[in-house]
This record gives sequence, structure tokens and C-alpha cells, in this order.
Amino acid sequence: MNYLKELESEAIYVIREVAAQFENAAILFSCGKDSITIAHLASKAFFPAAVPFPLVHIDTGHNFPEVLEFRDAFVKEIGVQLIVGSVQEAIDKGEITEQAGRYASRNMLQTHVLLKSIEQYGFDACIGGARRDEEKARAKERFFSVRNDFGQWDVKRQRPELFDMLNGKIHKGENVRVFPISNWTELDVWNYLKEERLAIPSIYYAHSRPTFLRDALIWPISDFVPLVTGETADVRQVRFRTVGDMSCSAAIESGASTIDQIIYEIENAQTSERGARIDDKWSEAAMELRKVQGYF
Amino acid sequence: MKEVLRIATTGNVDDGKSTLIGRLLYETHSLPADKVEDLVRASKRRGFNSPDFSLLTDGLLAEREQGITIDVAHVYFQTTKRKFIVADTPGHEQYTRNMVTGASTSSVALILVDARNGSLLQTYRHFLISHILELSTVIVCINKMDLVGYDEKRYLQVVDSLSSFAQRLGFPSSRLVFLPLSASSGDNVTSLSRNTPWYKGKSLLELLETIEVPGAGDTLPFRFSVQLILRSKLPEYHDYRGYAGKIASGNIRVGDKVTILPSHITTTVSGIDVYGREIESAQAEEMVSIHLEKDLDLSRGDMIVNESQLPTVSRTVEARLCWLHERPAKVRSRYLLQHGVRRVYARIDTIRSVIHPESLEALQNAGTLSLNDIGDVSITTGIELFYDPYRRNKANGAFIIIDEATNDTVAVGFMSSTK
Ligand SMILES: Nc1nc2c(ncn2[C@@H]2O[C@H](COP(=O)(O)OP(=O)(O)O)[C@@H](O)[C@H]2O)c(=O)[nH]1
Repeated sequence: MNYLKELESEAIYVIREVAAQFENAAILFSCGKDSITIAHLASKAFFPAAVPFPLVHIDTGHNFPEVLEFRDAFVKEIGVQLIVGSVQEAIDKGEITEQAGRYASRNMLQTHVLLKSIEQYGFDACIGGARRDEEKARAKERFFSVRNDFGQWDVKRQRPELFDMLNGKIHKGENVRVFPISNWTELDVWNYLKEERLAIPSIYYAHSRPTFLRDALIWPISDFVPLVTGETADVRQVRFRTVGDMSCSAAIESGASTIDQIIYEIENAQTSERGARIDDKWSEAAMELRKVQGYF
Repeated sequence: MKEVLRIATTGNVDDGKSTLIGRLLYETHSLPADKVEDLVRASKRRGFNSPDFSLLTDGLLAEREQGITIDVAHVYFQTTKRKFIVADTPGHEQYTRNMVTGASTSSVALILVDARNGSLLQTYRHFLISHILELSTVIVCINKMDLVGYDEKRYLQVVDSLSSFAQRLGFPSSRLVFLPLSASSGDNVTSLSRNTPWYKGKSLLELLETIEVPGAGDTLPFRFSVQLILRSKLPEYHDYRGYAGKIASGNIRVGDKVTILPSHITTTVSGIDVYGREIESAQAEEMVSIHLEKDLDLSRGDMIVNESQLPTVSRTVEARLCWLHERPAKVRSRYLLQHGVRRVYARIDTIRSVIHPESLEALQNAGTLSLNDIGDVSITTGIELFYDPYRRNKANGAFIIIDEATNDTVAVGFMSSTK
């Protein structure tokens, strides 16, 4: 079996297990290429039946406008329900407070809104597009990752996953995060997008954009990150390797404007995908700490 | 040749698994520059001058604090010949369940041994588990050869002890490879080392690139568990009823006669599709939706099998169990047993024996199985299972046991041939 087909089969098997083992599951949808892949896999998994899960987007209010536009078109096209959890709303209601300082981002605030949405809608399983090759803590994830009623990950209690037998049994109040594309690498996702001819937000492709330099990273100019003295706006030819907030996704200089060029670029890249994630630079264990608190 | 090779690295704590994987990543240029920088920075912080490769995979805080691997890390790399998915499994006895997890999806095990210490209890245990799992190849890496002066005699001593263990296990020597290694200095990892001129085999990477692993079980009898029943509200699919799932073994063709279990009704395959695309035939490991001529009412966990080669259909199972949980096995109490996607109630009637991982002696009438114990048991289930002996059909011969009180997966089992 061809490698991509093997990965596709594995992911579809996992997605179907979610439909079979849970009553009220959802797909966490960030509009990034990984969640687009997941939504596409789900539509294949149940064809010709409808995808039995809604998409949940945790909206930080700091999105790239291109991405929101893409999201709405995408949802219409595949005909699934979209649920939006708003960070702005939670801030306005005083449930959480905006971070202060030069590195303020709403990334940490997402966790609160995600957990609240899970509770509000009573989701017992949330399917995410995380991959093990992204980061060291994610490398330790299972397909089914049980979270306690605070949404927390307990690494020492992870259930063994033998062969392809998935145990999604949980107690009331617990829920499971599911990662069907665990075994895919960034390159696998790109090759799959190509093979399946899937559309992705335009910011993945090279474009000109006003940017500025901070800590040797290229930041997009936005209303959310004010420039400080010494920083200047310059138009650069860039693209983004991940779709996050405008306040935590750094761009890379790139002329790759087709999927083949992107694949070529990644194959020869000197930095890893999350290398352009400002949120991961904070500490060696940044991702693990966020996972323990309930982030994806 | 198989495009992707799934490997598990095993062995006792500190025998060098993480270091070896880091070294492989580094030498196959699989690490982007920023990860190498991170590594050098983190190594310096810990007072090392050269990069400590184990920091690459020991990703959890607790792991770095204790300097041990707790859970399986999955690592991906490729060369021009092949793609590799590596499960770096923990060596610590307490986390053996995670080793079993990593090895269950692999076809090759690398067992690392510290040349100074030779085989330890965990080495034998991991070998035994690799044997029970029927992994297609075991590569024993005798590591830290630099610390024994690349001494061939020492190497051969370790080889001898494990060869004779393999013999007692009944693990065929044709599927067993030995290799002298230094993960930290890189001897024989991606190229042959001048330090071991007496070693005439291949470097580890070359071995991994060229090893043949058996493909899917295409030649075995057809087995297909119904994962989901797909129906549609779309008018053009009004009469669609697809039994979706993964072909565990064998192959299937439109027009084939099949038997449905547990009903034992025989019917004909009227169509096969893959995510809506109609096909004529399909084989092991493929995800398909099967359509049947007769209008039957199948449920999840029912099985479609070859009409003339039925599996064992029974409420009793003789099996070898690896116990994976701190709470020991309770004889005669109720558990859930999951075989593929079929979940049934089950009871362990007797624990016939517990196997000592080093001497391989079977201790009779053990009474219980504790964490990491391996034993032979008899089980009765609430309703029938449809299975084959694991040794003959891996994809239809294994199951897990779930404790209803905690919902934890407490054991993995391998069906034996019925007497
Ligand atoms: N001298 C020497 N040290 C090694 C070698 N391989 C690993 N080590 C060291 O042994 C220790 C344990 O290695 P590690 O990879 O963490 O072992 P693991 O527990 O099996 O993952 C580390 O300090 C390594 O630097 C080797 O080939 N030679």
C-alpha cells in the first residue's frame, strides 16, 4: 500500500471509531491545513452519509481576515455545522483577562474558551489535527487521549494502545481528544493536500505583506501587535507555515506560490514548522505545560 | 519492498535508545537547523559539551527531570530508500506497557544492550514480548562498544547469551540480527566503523533500509469486521447500505460467497466501494464498504468471512496475556474484552501459568497476574467471538481487556490455538 494511502486509512479508521464509540463528538477546526485535512478525511470516512460532527472554531479575535473568509466558504461547501467559541466574548464578560506586555497573545486564553465550549455543548470527544512530529510533547500523544473533567492530560496514566484497538470508554465529565493524523509529518500533509486537490487559506502561499522584525522573526503587521520604538514596517514577500493568531504566527520569507514549490521548500527547510510559532519559543516545555492545562 | 518500516526501540533504561534515535535523525539530516540549535543549547544547559541526543525524544518534563523515558515517543524520518516510523519505548520496568504499545504496531524491534552489562531482565522481557508479538525481525544492538574498547570477545559473549535465549524461545535465527554499536560516537549507525573491523555485517541504517518485512495478510482467509454501517439521506444514495471497515486479512471480490457471523447466514458480495468509489476487489489492510446481496441487519462488530474458511466461533478463548496495569488480574470477575472493534463481557476463568521472562519457566497455578506479568489464561465471554490464533493471523488474533471500574486498558491478549 502506498504510504499516503496507509496514513489515510489509519486516520479514517480512527475517525470512524470516534463516531462508533462516542455520542457527541466534535472536530476542533482552526482553519489550518491540518484541520482542513481532518475535515476532509471525515467527509470521506462517512461518505455517502453526512459527517456526524460539528466543526468547533475557537476564535481568538486575532485571526487573519483571509482565514475567516476561507472558513466560512469551507463550511458552506462541506455542509457541516460550525460552532464558534469566542475569546473576545469571554474577555468582555470578564471570564478571562487579556495578557499584558509586548508578547501578549491570546493563545493561552483559547484553553479557557475551548474547555467552556466542551462543557456547554457536552462534547465527549474532540478531534484535533495535532501531529506527533510537531513537537516533543505531542510526540507522546496517543490517538485517544483521555482528559479529566478539567480537560487535563495526565501522561503517566495514558492508556496503552495496542495494535489498532482503541479504548474510548470514559466516565461522566471526562472527555477524549482524538488525533487521527498523529503519524503524519508536515510533508505528508502537504503531499496529501496536493493529491486530494484541497483548497487552503491564501496565507500559506507567498504574498506581499507589511511586516516587521522582532527577535529575528518576521511578524505580520496587525492591529493586535503595536510596534515599539525601533521597529519599522516593511513589505516583504512571505508566507505562513502554520495558521495561528496574527499575534503569534511568524512568517517566513518565501516565494513559494504553488503547492509544489511549498513541498520543495519544506523538503529543504532549515527550520521546523513550529520554529515560527512564537508561543513555543517561551520555554523548552511550553507545549507540554499548555497540554497539561487543557490546550489541545 | 514495503515503503514504510515501523520500528520499536527497546531495551533496558540507559542502554542508549534515545541516543541512538537522535543519532539516526542527525545523521540522516532529518533535523532542521533550529532543532539542532535547541539541542545544543539544552545540552549546554545541562553541562554537556557535545549534543546529548537523548534530549531530542525525552520530551516530557518528568522525563527530563528524571532522565528516563516514560512514554513512547514517535519519531519520523526518511532516506532515499524508505520512510521510517520509530516508536521509542521506555526501558523502565514500570512502563513496560508503553513498550508493548510501541511494539504492537511495529514490525521490527531494536533491542539495545549495554555491552558492559550484557543482557538484563528487561532485555529478556522485551525479547519475549517481541516474540509473543511475532515481530518479523529483532535487531539486537550491542551498544556502548566504545566503553569496552570495541572488544570482539565481549561482543560475542553478549551475542551468545541472547542467541541461546532466542533458541529457548523458539525465535528463528533467520529473523534475528546482531550488531555492535556505539550510539553516542556513531559507530556502525549509518556507516561501518573502523573501530570494529571484525564486524562483517551491515550498518544499522543499511539493515533498516533493506530488511524485508512480510506484507499484509493477503494470502490468509478473508476476515472483515463491520466498523460502521453507512446509510445516506441523499436521494441518489437512497438504497445505499455499506458495511464499512478495514479488511483484516485476505481479499474480497464482487461476487464472492461470504458468511456473516454470528448469524452464519451465507450471501454474496454485491459491491465494494472505497469512500464512494466503486471497485471490483480489495485486499488486506484496505478500508472498504461492502455491499451484500441479501438484505441483512448487521451490527458493528459482526464479521464477514470467507464462506469456506471460518474462524473459530466460540465463547471460550485460550490466550496468552500481558498484564499492563497496577491492579492485578482478578480471576472470575467481569471485564470487558475488545477484539478488533467487537466488545463483549468476559471472565478470566483460570490463570494456568505465569512465565518468567528470563528462565522462561512456567509457574503453575499462579492465581493472579500482576503488572508486567505474562501468563496463559482461559477466558469465557458473554457472547461469541470470531477469531484465529494470533500466530496464524495477527490481525484477527489479538484483543485487549478493559476494567469497567476505571475504564483503563489493563491487558493485551493473544489467542492460542484451541486444543
Ligand atoms: N559511551 C557511550 N555512552 C552512551 C552510548 N549510548 C548512550 N550513551 C549514554 O548513556 C546514557 C543513557 O542513554 P539514553 O539514550 O538516554 O538511554 P535510554 O534510556 O535507553 O533512552 C546517556 O548518558 C548517553 O549519553 C554509547 O554508545 N557510548
